[in-house]
Amino acid sequence: MALIDLRDIEKIYDMGAEKVRALNGVSLAIERGEYVAIMGSSGSGKSTLMNLLGCLDTPSSGSYHLNGTAVEELNDQELAGIRNKEIGFVFQTFNLLARTDALHNVELPLIYAGVSRGERRERARRALERVGLGARMHHQPNELSGGQRQRVAIARALVNDPSILLADEPTGNLDSATSTEIMDLFDELHGAGNTVILVTHEPDIATHAWRQVNLRDGRVLSDQPTARAAVGA
Amino acid sequence: MVFLENFRIALEAIRANKMRSILTTIGIIIGVAAVIAVVSIIQGFQYMVNREFQGVGAAFVSVSVDRQSQLRGLTARPVRLTWEDGKAIRDQVPGIRQITPVIAQPVQVKYRDLNHRPVVLGVASDYQDVTNHAVEHGRFISSVDLTHRRKVAVVGKRVVEELKLGDDPIGKKIYVGNIPAIVVGVMEDKGQILGEDRNDLVFIPFDLALNLFGRGAGEQVNLQIQAQNTGLVDEVKDGIRRVLRQRHRIPADQPDDFRVIKQDEILNSINKVLGGVTAVVSGVVGVALLVGGIGIMNIMLVSVTERTREIGVRKAVGARRKDLLLQFLIEAVTLSLVGGGIGLIAGYGMGALLVRTIPGDLPPAHVPLWAVALAFGFSTLVGVIFGIYPAGKASRLDPIDALRYE
Repeated sequence: MALIDLRDIEKIYDMGAEKVRALNGVSLAIERGEYVAIMGSSGSGKSTLMNLLGCLDTPSSGSYHLNGTAVEELNDQELAGIRNKEIGFVFQTFNLLARTDALHNVELPLIYAGVSRGERRERARRALERVGLGARMHHQPNELSGGQRQRVAIARALVNDPSILLADEPTGNLDSATSTEIMDLFDELHGAGNTVILVTHEPDIATHAWRQVNLRDGRVLSDQPTARAAVGA
Repeated sequence: MVFLENFRIALEAIRANKMRSILTTIGIIIGVAAVIAVVSIIQGFQYMVNREFQGVGAAFVSVSVDRQSQLRGLTARPVRLTWEDGKAIRDQVPGIRQITPVIAQPVQVKYRDLNHRPVVLGVASDYQDVTNHAVEHGRFISSVDLTHRRKVAVVGKRVVEELKLGDDPIGKKIYVGNIPAIVVGVMEDKGQILGEDRNDLVFIPFDLALNLFGRGAGEQVNLQIQAQNTGLVDEVKDGIRRVLRQRHRIPADQPDDFRVIKQDEILNSINKVLGGVTAVVSGVVGVALLVGGIGIMNIMLVSVTERTREIGVRKAVGARRKDLLLQFLIEAVTLSLVGGGIGLIAGYGMGALLVRTIPGDLPPAHVPLWAVALAFGFSTLVGVIFGIYPAGKASRLDPIDALRYE
C-alpha cells in the first residue's frame, strides 16, 4: 500500500441551512519519497484536502490510510499522536511561538513525543543545522528574517522524522529571492529522501514538484508528472 | 517531562505579562496575606494567654461580682463582694489551699524626686502562691504585715527601673500615693500580656490598700483562690456559690450576683473570642479568594483567546487535549501560587509590623507551618477551580479554526 492512500474521500460541511461539499470523491495515492504539489484556486478544496492529509480533520466518508493506519477511524487523541509522528507542518505564516528561541520552537514536537530533554536538545540542534541555522539557535522569531523563520519552521517539521512534510503556501509571505532559497531547501530535503507535499496556488512554486495534482470543485481535475520529473533532478 | 515543560511555559507566560499577572493575583494576595497576618497574631495571643493562665494552674478559681446582675437591676442594692466574704469562703468551703483578695488601681508612686504611675494592688500574703507569681529578692507581704498594718510594699521590675531604685531596692522608702512604704521585695519578671505590663506593679497589704483607695474599694474585691487539687475545683466552685448565695441572701429563684470562674473557663472564653475573630477574618478571606479566583479565570480566558494560534500550532505538532488542559491549568495554578507566595510574605510582614505597633511585648509574629500549607493549598485549589474552565476551553479548540484565527 502507498504511504498515502485516499479513496473516495468526501468532506461535507454542514453550514446550517445548506451542506457544502468541499471534497467530492477524491482518490489519490502518494508513494514514499514523492514530491507532490497540490494546486487549485480558492474554493477548489485544496485546504480541506490539506487538513485531511495532515490529520487535522477526518473525512465525512471514504478511507484514508497513512503509513498503513486507517486515519478515518481515529479519535482526537490518536490523531494528535499521528500528527506528532507522521506529519511535519510548514505554514504560510510560519506559526512559531513568540518569545521562544529557535531551539525551543524546534523542540516542540519532541516534547509531545515524550523525548527526554537531552535528546530533544540534540535533535533540535541537528535539525536547525540541517536548515542552515546552526548559528541562530538562541534567536527569538522577532530577531529573525522571514526566510530564517520559515527555516526554523521547516526544522520543526523535520525534527521528529515524519513520513510527510506538508507545506501550505510555504513561500506566501516571502519575497521572491527568499522564496527561491526556501524552495531550494525543499528540493534538497526531497533529494535526501523526504516525502514532500506542497499546497499552493502559485504555478512557479508548483514547478519545483515532480508531480502536480490539480483540484477543482472538490474533485481531482488532473494528476500528472511535471517537467521536473522528466528531467529527473 | 511534559509537566516540567508546562511549568516552564507557565512561568514564561506570567513573566511576559508581569503587570497583568500581578494585578490578576491581587485578590489572592490580599486573601492569603490577611490569613497569614491574622493567624500569626492570633497564634501569638493564644500562646501568651495559654502560657499565662496555665501558669496559675488548673486548680485556680476566680470570684468577682457580676456587674451584669447589677445592670439587669436584679438587686436593689449595689452588688458587693468583700474580703469578709472571702474569709467566710476560706473558713466554710473545704478543699481550698489558699485565697487572696485583689483590689487594684493606678496610683502615683514617688521615690525621692522621681514619679511613676504603676498599678497598685492590695493583696493578702497568699497572693504569690495563688497566682504563681513569686518574689525574686527580699520577701513578699506576710500575714504579720497584714495584721499589724505595716506600711510595706513589694515592687515589680519596671517600677524599680522607673524610680531608679538601683540594684538593692530593699529597705528604701517610697511613697505610694501619700502613704510612705518600705520596699521589702522585688517580684520576678513576668513579662507583658495583651499590652499590660506585668512588671509595672506595686503590691501592698490589703488593709493598707483600703486606706489608700477608700473604703468603697473593699465592696467589690476580686477573690483569687487555689484549690487543694485539680479534682476538687468543681466542688470548691459549688461550695463558694453556696456560701456566697447564703451570705448575699439570694432567693432560690434568683441568679448569682457574682461569678465563679475556673482557669479552664477563663482560657475557653479567651480562646472563644480569638476563635470568633479568626472566623470573621476567614469569611473575609473566603470572599477575597473568590474574587481572586474570578480574576484568574478572567485573565486565563483572555490568555486562551490571545494564544489561539499558539494552541493551534501545538495541536498541529501533536499536543493532545490533556496536554493543553494541563498547560493552562498549570498556568492558572502557578499564577495563583505566585499570588499565594506574595500574600504569604506580605502577611508575615503585616503581622510583624502590627506586633511592633501594638504596645506590649507580644511574641514575634509566628507563622505556623500549617498556615503556610493552608495558604498554598487554598491558592492551588483556587487555581484549579477557576482554571479548569479556561483550560478546558483551550483543550477543546479545533486545531483548524485555531490555526486560522487572526
